[in-house]
Amino acid sequence: ETQKANLKQNMPFTCPDLPYPHDALAAKGISKETLTFHHDKHHAGYVTKLNALTEGKADLQAKSFEELIKSEQGAIFNCAAQTWNHTFYFNCLSPNGGGEPAGALKEAIDSTFGSFEKFKEQFTAAAVGHFGSGWAWLVKGGDGKLAIVGTHDAGCPLTEGQTPILACDVWEHAYYIDFRNARPEYVKAWWNCVNWEFAAKQL
Amino acid sequence: MATSRVLQSFFKQMSRPTGVVGSSTRRQLSAAAASAANKAHSLPDLAYDYSALAPVVSGKIMELHHSKHHQTYVNNLNIALEQYAEAEAKNDVAAMINLQPAIRFNGGGHVNHSIFWTNLCPGGSEVPSDLLAEIDATFGSLDKFRSTFNARSAAVQGSGWGWLVLNKANGKLQIQTQPNQDPITGDVVPLLGIDVWEHAYYLDYENRRPDYLNEIWKVVNWNNVAERWHAAKE
Repeated sequence: ETQKANLKQNMPFTCPDLPYPHDALAAKGISKETLTFHHDKHHAGYVTKLNALTEGKADLQAKSFEELIKSEQGAIFNCAAQTWNHTFYFNCLSPNGGGEPAGALKEAIDSTFGSFEKFKEQFTAAAVGHFGSGWAWLVKGGDGKLAIVGTHDAGCPLTEGQTPILACDVWEHAYYIDFRNARPEYVKAWWNCVNWEFAAKQL
Repeated sequence: MATSRVLQSFFKQMSRPTGVVGSSTRRQLSAAAASAANKAHSLPDLAYDYSALAPVVSGKIMELHHSKHHQTYVNNLNIALEQYAEAEAKNDVAAMINLQPAIRFNGGGHVNHSIFWTNLCPGGSEVPSDLLAEIDATFGSLDKFRSTFNARSAAVQGSGWGWLVLNKANGKLQIQTQPNQDPITGDVVPLLGIDVWEHAYYLDYENRRPDYLNEIWKVVNWNNVAERWHAAKE
């Protein structure tokens, strides 16, 4: 399901619901409190700001989040990108997630990184090692090859013509309530939530 | 801890057979290691208890912020500098360049937080009259200064800092924001920094950075800010 802004004029952008209840990931270490803040305050907050920034600008309000990400800069880009990034991120997690991928995604990971373990090591390093706010991504490049990339702050791989497969939010708000400053522990919990079915669909 | 790591790396170099690490290189490495050990940075103590700034900033945040976040910047700065000294001793410019982001990030974190702790005190302080006059002349009033400072600091995308600085080129006070842990550099002197990384406020203010910015002024140590300003003007 693509993320489309409501195309009717004067209809504001809306924040997609979480794909699961707020307490769905609590057993895996991402608490109800975190998801409540992360989705209902941060994610929804970006949408609220985007509506305010595009008020009276019908041409912008007619665009999808993806279109805004590609065409805009500054505050509008930040809000559109962070909205899109968070929607993608929450879809990358599942109460039934974890384990390892299968099928075409598994093959692509094995052939690109050598093994799932090596991919996991590199992705973890990217997530843990990012300086400041940002995201770690598994993407498919324009050349069709898988790659691990980091983006800073609101950065989104769509601007580089890459197709996101997986996202890990490493802004402090993603993990501070549950893990305080221990980002590595958060990333471990993230692995246990990874929705490989969703990731496989992005290939 | 940093010293023993430096010595470990020194002995690792020394244990290689001759020809891999020649004697002049060994002398350079030992000098670099000794120099790095002398310059090892350490976490400065706070002038007040962790709980002393509550309820503006809770003891829970102060303890995490100082003993975990700042300590980690210090530890990682020391490691990066040690590695940099080794790379420099081997004239490995590529390795030196590769270490620069870690030095910038961790070094900036150490510099910034070291200033920050001195900018705060239990109950805050009045603004000394000469500094207040300068703030009035520059920004119109203390209130106008704070609201501009808060607006600009709230608007920092991602992680960063809001600063009151002295621009030495024109002698004027200015408001500046920096991203990530980039320190104030150039012909500009940092006087007052407010950390707007989420870790600085999240446990008390959740996502409400503007509320944190409204409250923090209650614990700003303007005497320290004025001391820095006087020193910067010399």
